[in-house]
Amino acid sequence: MNGEFLTPIDAFTVIDLIFMSMLVVVGIAIVRLKDLFAVVMLSGVYSLVSAAWFVSLDAVDVAFTEAAVGAGISTVLMLGAMLLTARQAAPTKPARHWVALIVVCATGAALLYATVDMPSFGDPLSAPNAYIGLEYLKRTGPETGVPNVVSAVLASYRGYDTFGETTVILTAGLGVVLILGLGGPAIKRKKTSAAKAKAAKIDQSKILGAHHVVLRVVSKMMIPVIIIYGAYVQFHGDFGPGGGFQAGLIIASAIILYALIFGIDAAKEAVPPSLVRLGAALGVLIYGGVGVINLLLGGNFLEYNILNPTHPSHGQELGIMFVEIGVLVTVASVMLIIFYGFTSRQPDISDKDW
Amino acid sequence: MSSGIEFWQYLVGHFNYIVVIILMMTGLYIVISTGNLVKKLVGLGVFQTAVFQLYITMGKVTGGQPPILEGVHESAAGEAATTVAEHGEAAAAAASHGEQAVQATVSIAKTMDEVLVGGVLYSNPLPHVLILTAIVVGVATLAVGLALVVRIRESYGTIEEDELQEANYQHAKGALS
Repeated sequence: MNGEFLTPIDAFTVIDLIFMSMLVVVGIAIVRLKDLFAVVMLSGVYSLVSAAWFVSLDAVDVAFTEAAVGAGISTVLMLGAMLLTARQAAPTKPARHWVALIVVCATGAALLYATVDMPSFGDPLSAPNAYIGLEYLKRTGPETGVPNVVSAVLASYRGYDTFGETTVILTAGLGVVLILGLGGPAIKRKKTSAAKAKAAKIDQSKILGAHHVVLRVVSKMMIPVIIIYGAYVQFHGDFGPGGGFQAGLIIASAIILYALIFGIDAAKEAVPPSLVRLGAALGVLIYGGVGVINLLLGGNFLEYNILNPTHPSHGQELGIMFVEIGVLVTVASVMLIIFYGFTSRQPDISDKDW
Repeated sequence: MSSGIEFWQYLVGHFNYIVVIILMMTGLYIVISTGNLVKKLVGLGVFQTAVFQLYITMGKVTGGQPPILEGVHESAAGEAATTVAEHGEAAAAAASHGEQAVQATVSIAKTMDEVLVGGVLYSNPLPHVLILTAIVVGVATLAVGLALVVRIRESYGTIEEDELQEANYQHAKGALS
């Protein structure tokens, strides 16, 4: 069936092998460690290595997202959760170890048996590659005029799907708010932070300045660049790797970086929680609004062709751009809502904790 | 002899899947074996990433490029205009009432020439789209999980499963007596 295609053994396969070995080593290290700090940092390393692997597998957009999420936001969230809970995991009991091992071996064997039917790695004529994926590649150029097929499929062909996912992200943000709270009223916090900053100006500079000077100087230079880069990723997402999801994560991580180095109060003054709450809902509104405008113009929901009847592909570009802005606003805001929610439980990660 | 070569070829073609399954099982093992809720979520993350890797592996085409079309944009402005002008009503109608037209024309490529788009070989973009959004949804759900863990710690003073069960048991016993 797929027997005709033989995966070649070349430099690419060797690189592939190196990345996979690194992932397995990191995975096993995570299993064996009990220090949660090390576990969390290794999970960041795991994500970064798999992002590199995604680049070698041609999935540049995915690699982008995985690097921003895995090495950035999810590591920060896990560190925050770890600071609020425990530093050490209890050792695994032998009985539990054996039960887990039996379950894992049985499941693994079943899955390995299932891979016998899978197409050979890299087969251009395999079922997933020769059918609908190829169709998207052929249609995207003439129909949307957007070179990055991933952006076009994400925002246009599978626009409903992405709308659903954006809503899921908003819902997850709301879930965190319901569990952990909104991070305190913004006005109150502003007052206290200003008062605290005045009162503790000398102390704070002593604590933070002592060994964070390099971090503060470097981050002060880096944060604007990161945000500009996020904007580039957003608006160049039609032509190269990028888009609303990646840009939202990059911008959110720039603000989180600011909060980590200059303190949560400074970050809340720069980006108030009320603004972030508004943004989370506004993004979904922009996305849905583009769909409703299409309806009002006489088209179908999220049918961007109608935006420019004489040049349907221009309408597509316009629709994709606005939808991606909606995604950007929601993703960046929800990431900050989540971050503010976690930090509200512990006012500041003080130096003593490290 | 030939079966040995066939097995070797099979192994090279399926090596990625085997490693992905090993990683997936590593994640599953962490989820089952550890009682620590934060470590469980890390295990879940490893499992999740393995699923992503499975999808991306399937979309890779040997010798392919990342799915960013060559020479679309410089010609797009002119081409789109000419496309509409040339095919006039037909193209606009096909684009706006796409559903039926799509059904009629999607076919399975059978030769290498049919896989090329504008003479260039690209990797499959569809798994990339699915996984890209899944990663972001994944971090949002991870955050909900971590928030629950934080609240559990605040209520119970522990995040080890055994101790949580013991506390629940003691609480139920107290409520009964």
